Amino acid sequence: MSRKIEDNLFKWLTTLLALAIVLLSTGILLMLTHSSGLSFKEFGLGFLGSSEWDPVRKVFGALPFVWGTFVSATLALLIALPISIGIAVFLSELSPLWVRKPVSLAIELLSAIPSVIYGLWGLFVLAPIMQLHIEPFLGRHLGFLPFFKGYPLGVGMLTGSVIISIMIIPTISSISREVLSSVPGHQKEAGMALGMTRWEVIWKVMLPYGRVGIVGATLLGYGRALGETMAIAMVIGNTPKLSVSLFDPAYTISSVIANEFVEAVEPLHISSLVELGLILFFITFLLNAIARFLLTRMKRFEGVRI
Amino acid sequence: MSNLRYRKRKLTQDVMFISSYVSAVIGISLLFLILGYVFYKGVRGINLDFFLRLPTPVGVSGGGMSNALIGSLYLIGFASLFSIPIGILIGVYLSEFGRGAFASLVRFLTETLAGLPAIVAGIFAYTVIVIPMRKFSALAGSFALSILMLPIIVKSTEELLKMVPRDLREASLALGIPKWKTIVKVVLSTAKSGILTGIILAVARAGGEAAPLLFTALGNSYMNLYPHEPMASLPVQLYVYAVSPYEDWHQKAWASALVLVGIVLIASVTARSYASKRR
Repeated sequence: MSRKIEDNLFKWLTTLLALAIVLLSTGILLMLTHSSGLSFKEFGLGFLGSSEWDPVRKVFGALPFVWGTFVSATLALLIALPISIGIAVFLSELSPLWVRKPVSLAIELLSAIPSVIYGLWGLFVLAPIMQLHIEPFLGRHLGFLPFFKGYPLGVGMLTGSVIISIMIIPTISSISREVLSSVPGHQKEAGMALGMTRWEVIWKVMLPYGRVGIVGATLLGYGRALGETMAIAMVIGNTPKLSVSLFDPAYTISSVIANEFVEAVEPLHISSLVELGLILFFITFLLNAIARFLLTRMKRFEGVRI
Repeated sequence: MSNLRYRKRKLTQDVMFISSYVSAVIGISLLFLILGYVFYKGVRGINLDFFLRLPTPVGVSGGGMSNALIGSLYLIGFASLFSIPIGILIGVYLSEFGRGAFASLVRFLTETLAGLPAIVAGIFAYTVIVIPMRKFSALAGSFALSILMLPIIVKSTEELLKMVPRDLREASLALGIPKWKTIVKVVLSTAKSGILTGIILAVARAGGEAAPLLFTALGNSYMNLYPHEPMASLPVQLYVYAVSPYEDWHQKAWASALVLVGIVLIASVTARSYASKRR
């Protein structure tokens, strides 16, 4: 065989396999759409607005799960974002060199711990602490707000959010750190020359310079938070109801799929669960796409592992 | 007046720097709190039986998790069989031939697949394999895991191949070695250890996943080695034990957590130190 043919064969082989990525992505979209057809036909767009979920009566609505997913992920982001930026600032500006490596490693290892282990720890360690100390404290001092009314149960929206926030801290902080370290030295020096304090350089020069990248990191963290399953299924209480109080148990898209998929035998039930999965797929796909777009806009970022 | 303003600015700086230190301390202490607690609770449950024996029913003490340990290895092994060779070759495509619109599309989709929630991979495996086979199976579980591993391997392979110097390729081509052989024998083998790092990280991630296995590989209280039968895995069994009401099972959950976290952390630390040594 001539080498030209060999080379072309090899090129075609790898190209064909690369096509598998495209097929896989479209396959996921098509299969999920196909399998949720039954539920879509039955409930239409009302699926999103209905808060009833009753497998016995075969009535299914997505609202409590969509609500739970967004509230828990958004709250998790509110907790994780300042801490992550703090870590990023510490690692890129404040820490002595010998501290930098072990601290980055420790924080990145947080992301290697499997989700079920966060759930186990959350269920047996965090939930009792929340129930006995943190939630009563919040209730006493901020109980006039609707978010902190009600009986402290330990398992619920707030505990779920705290667990997810721990899980997304490594994602946001490691990318933000890369962004901050990519700020050119002359920008910082210019700030110093204008008489800024070191903090003002960070706040008024570095953070605005890295804005796009930090927003990308945040969206990526938000996507993770929305898709998180095992940890949240173990601590959020798994009750499909809409409540403003963060102490109350809630439910998320991913945890209802995890809990009910095996037991679902009714085709409409399965189809409704798949439709929930499709909604989750769309949202996370969109967030990832935007995050990726923002992060690649920062040219220096080519090598960063997202 | 200006002195007062300066003091205010200085104070802001101190407050913000302290909060930044505090954030870093929170991050590290969380790691130690979680690992320390898992170790403290889990170490009592680790003995030879844990690794060698099958689970016992509720109320019967003793027994182990051998079915879940073997099951996890099996599922990961099967998933690797698909995802490693395919992932590496796609990485080769992207770094060696990947220019133009199609390559950008593949790159984009790889990135977004990397962010795919594990549970969605599970649903996909369910609709593609469990429904047609009318049965939960190890095969479906492995398929779900391989979807999660693939993007990690593709991305790390592409990045590492791009780091291989051009001179090496040119030298090999100049010797009259065909391009495909140059890629396989020279480029891939130069980047071998780095690619291995990516593989270890992918395996570590998939090894800890429970969500996509809940309704694909399901679980099994017995030892099973058939790909078309349900199979136990460490993360799933951990979950089932953790949410059960039995104290004895909780103990087993902690012991499994210790084993799982030990394997995953050793793998990621090895992979990372390997990667940083190379740079």
